[in-house]
Amino acid sequence: MLRFNQVFRYLTLTACLRSLLALTLTFLVSAPTLAQQAKIKVGMMLPYTGTFAPLGVAIENGFRLGLEEQGGRLGGREVEIVKVDDESDPAKATDNINRLVTRDKVDVVLGTVHSGVAAAMVRVTRESGTLQIIPNAGLAPVSGPLCAPNIFRSSFSNWQSGYAMGVEMAARNKVKKVITIAWQYAAGEESVKGFKDGYTKGGGQIAKELWLPFPTVDFQALLTEIAAAKPDATYAFFAGAGAAKFLKDYDQAGLRKTIPLIGPGFLTDGILEATGGAAEGVETTLHYGDGIETPKNKAFRLAYAKTFKLQPDTYAVAGYDSAYLLGAGMKAVAGDISKRKELIAAMEHASIDSPRGKWTMSRAHNPIQDHYLRKVIGMENRVTSVAVRQLDDDPAMIAACKMGR
Amino acid sequence: MDFPTFLIQLLNSVQYALLLFLIASGLTLVFGIMGIINVAHGSFYMIGAYLAWSLTALTGHFWTALLIGTVLSVLLGFALEWLVIRYLYGRDLLYQVLLTYGLILVFEEVRSLLWGDDVRGVDIPGALASSLRLTDNLSYPVYRLAISVLCLALAAAMYWLIQKTRVGMMIRAGSANRQMVQSLGINVALLYRCVFALGVALAALAGMIAAPVSSVFPGMGNHVLIVCFVVVVIGGMGSIKGALIASLLIGLVDTFGKVLHLEIAGIHLLPELSSMSIYLLMAVILLWRPEGLFGAPGR
Amino acid sequence: MSPRPPNRHRLAHWIPVLVVIGLTLLPWITDKFYVQFVAKMMIMGIFAMSLDLLLGHAGLVSFGHAAFYGIGAYALALMTPAYQAANFWLSLAAAIGLSGLAALIIGFFVVRTHGIYFIMVTLAFAQMLFFVFHDTRIAGGTDGIFIDIRPDASLSGWVPFDLENFVHVYFVALACFALVYVLLRVLLRSPFGHVISGIRVNEPRMRSLGYRTFGYKLVCFSIGGAIAGIAGYLSALQFGVVNPEFLGWHLSAAVMMMVILGGMGTVAGPILGASVWMVLELGLQDLPTVAGVDLGKHWQLWMGSFIVLASLWLPNGLLGLLSTWRAAFGARTSQTGGQVLRPDGSTVPADYPGASTGASIASVTPLASVEARQAGNE
Repeated sequence: MLRFNQVFRYLTLTACLRSLLALTLTFLVSAPTLAQQAKIKVGMMLPYTGTFAPLGVAIENGFRLGLEEQGGRLGGREVEIVKVDDESDPAKATDNINRLVTRDKVDVVLGTVHSGVAAAMVRVTRESGTLQIIPNAGLAPVSGPLCAPNIFRSSFSNWQSGYAMGVEMAARNKVKKVITIAWQYAAGEESVKGFKDGYTKGGGQIAKELWLPFPTVDFQALLTEIAAAKPDATYAFFAGAGAAKFLKDYDQAGLRKTIPLIGPGFLTDGILEATGGAAEGVETTLHYGDGIETPKNKAFRLAYAKTFKLQPDTYAVAGYDSAYLLGAGMKAVAGDISKRKELIAAMEHASIDSPRGKWTMSRAHNPIQDHYLRKVIGMENRVTSVAVRQLDDDPAMIAACKMGR
Repeated sequence: MDFPTFLIQLLNSVQYALLLFLIASGLTLVFGIMGIINVAHGSFYMIGAYLAWSLTALTGHFWTALLIGTVLSVLLGFALEWLVIRYLYGRDLLYQVLLTYGLILVFEEVRSLLWGDDVRGVDIPGALASSLRLTDNLSYPVYRLAISVLCLALAAAMYWLIQKTRVGMMIRAGSANRQMVQSLGINVALLYRCVFALGVALAALAGMIAAPVSSVFPGMGNHVLIVCFVVVVIGGMGSIKGALIASLLIGLVDTFGKVLHLEIAGIHLLPELSSMSIYLLMAVILLWRPEGLFGAPGR
Repeated sequence: MSPRPPNRHRLAHWIPVLVVIGLTLLPWITDKFYVQFVAKMMIMGIFAMSLDLLLGHAGLVSFGHAAFYGIGAYALALMTPAYQAANFWLSLAAAIGLSGLAALIIGFFVVRTHGIYFIMVTLAFAQMLFFVFHDTRIAGGTDGIFIDIRPDASLSGWVPFDLENFVHVYFVALACFALVYVLLRVLLRSPFGHVISGIRVNEPRMRSLGYRTFGYKLVCFSIGGAIAGIAGYLSALQFGVVNPEFLGWHLSAAVMMMVILGGMGTVAGPILGASVWMVLELGLQDLPTVAGVDLGKHWQLWMGSFIVLASLWLPNGLLGLLSTWRAAFGARTSQTGGQVLRPDGSTVPADYPGASTGASIASVTPLASVEARQAGNE
């Protein structure tokens, strides 16, 4: 009987091993074996779960629309899309980007929203040389010390919109001192730095900097501080759910009418429905907004609404432009992605006729673009004027980028 | 910080503390009576907030939504207890932590399927939408004060329920000696089911009444959850009174940790490390009293 | 707690050797992704083994074990100068030392507590450390910190391996993995191992026998922390990224799940658990779209359901399931039936579903498991 036991044990163990082996093999087979394929493979690493999920979907939709308008082909080649949910979790970022780059061997990576995840992605693509387009994350170093020939950004840098608001406020005589309030993490710090650069250059004064740990939303105590300090304006950097709550708290504390609230566009983008009027009159700066009366923008908005039954936003625009940016590069090499130099040169020199207006690529691969001043009217971020025309990135960051020198 | 500002900050901390208490009371109740540690408690807070949003949109009335939402969350509590929680009685704490952690993931995804991932807002009900002027430029929303009053009322109701009613007697007896209650012929299974449903309803109710001042967004329960654990541990697992005192303590530490400046030897400690302060408080209190402030020893 | 009967199945002795041979050959069989994936599996295996030392062997249910993993990772990141390489041996020793030291200090406070308080206090200390790295700029704050150049492994001029090469990193992970496995096996068979198992089963009894249980638990907690530090270090080494989530409670919960999934209180269980967990995480996201529903998009729903079901029906993990099946075949005729696995300390009343696995094991030593629970609930 003892012998039977041994045999049985052996059988269960081999069964286990065999199923493990089979599992491994399935994965191996699912990985592509052909180096050169007929289709160009685009890996989308975007948030599909969690707070940023709507942004991920908007970017994907925008990209698909831009692709469709180019006949579903880039440089004559069909496109295959592979998706990975990055969960906006930096701890899993490297595993996730590796799935696209080393397992699926994509030609291009499109991603992502979260700055921390994007930072981890860039480390991998810099090493592997995979072409990457960042459709949102505005972290400074990507177009600064971490810049690389194969990494492009189709959105913005956090510094840009802050700077534009700083310039705008400095030009207003009534605004002498401003309090800033932001989440203490890279994006918040870069945005506040941009504002400070633009505002103090024009003679303004920062009365106080208030910081909250990211992503906490208990603002009440700090709002009391703001009320006690009585600045001429409050510059706030928050996004998504945090921004919605901040706008409501600011309004309910009775501060909206007495101390004007300003900020980068992320403060009011995509959340106006949730604030229910608490953001009325808040002024922000961004490279996109509602009511840009160009034929290009009108056509884009119509097509987007028709295809996806949704109103497009700045994230959709960045996704859309990414498709055209990639299209410009692929067209120049007629779909031959191995001609890297020509491909990258064409993307560098591309002038994108975007819904947001024409923009070009900076030396450090960040858009040089108009920044609009917008005001919340009803459920819209209505563009009232251009705050800064064809704004480039932070000079300190441009200097830190050693590429193309 | 001048005196009026100090008073307002005090008000802020009490207001935060009372809401925290409402959520944490459900957690401590479930643990104290059923011996179940429910990591998914924060999810009920989130579900409550989403219920408030969707039901307000459906019915057009916040208070109606509150009522229906409470009923629904009680039903959810019953169902959940019947489906999974009852298999956890007497099981090692480890499995309770894990199973309820799994529930967090399930609830998050079900929420995503039902209501999407967008940030939502709920309007403050009309009668309470005004503000009180406190200083020359700072007002205090009436609704926030109303939340505090509601929380206090619920705390009083809970006190009454537990101390003065027959059900409360059973609950108290059940938390003191489970076997004894069972042998006295009280239907413990039903009692547990009701207590769990009550716990779920308390968290969901907190989410519902917080929805107009907070926003409604994915993952909103996660941060609350950990803070609630700190409340429950400081107060003593199972003690409602402890939860109240601990909430007030945490409200104070959290609020003033954010606005005070503390620098020792050139290193900024506050407000930079304000998030750490409540955990430090917890560690200190546990060293002093390992069962928490009002915890029954021997649990 | 079960010392193996001397004549038990010779094949089982060979399994670790076979696994190591298989793992050694792997880089020649598959491509970069899977080499790195398996390296990560082994790293998580080390991490899970270190938690199991506390969870399964000493009965310390730590819900903040990621703290030590994170400290190991941050140790490397902070010791790496900008655009230069750290010394591999020095930084590895520092990572082990620092995480062990942190565990010693934290352990000094936490191992006095029991049951639910132990769970909560370990969580609180981990959260404290999380916020230290999350809210201050000492190591990059929320966004984390990057290791641009991987450590240099040269020993007075001789370079045994090059860590910029992913295959070499793989073998370093494999070596650590095998070493930790052997170390834990030796440790658990030593008198120390028997004492901590004794503490798990009945602490008051061990105390009355004259053992200073506090010291034993503290040492055990520190060893667990130090080994978790190795795992964190290797993870930072492999991908060059460290961020506060390395210390987060989600990771603590995940590693706990790995241990339970594989089988608590066994050395091989956590390894199996970590591997299955990672394969699941990878596989569930690749689920196809069926009838217009993207199954892969909602992978966390499947993961969550899996956790719920596993904690109901697999109280002794996959290894426990194997032994139960085996017991079902051979228990009546062989005395080895229930002895393979120790009871997990849970008592599942037989009238609950899910008790089928628990009951058979609890029945082997009902007294011990009840005592363990009482000890844990003190």
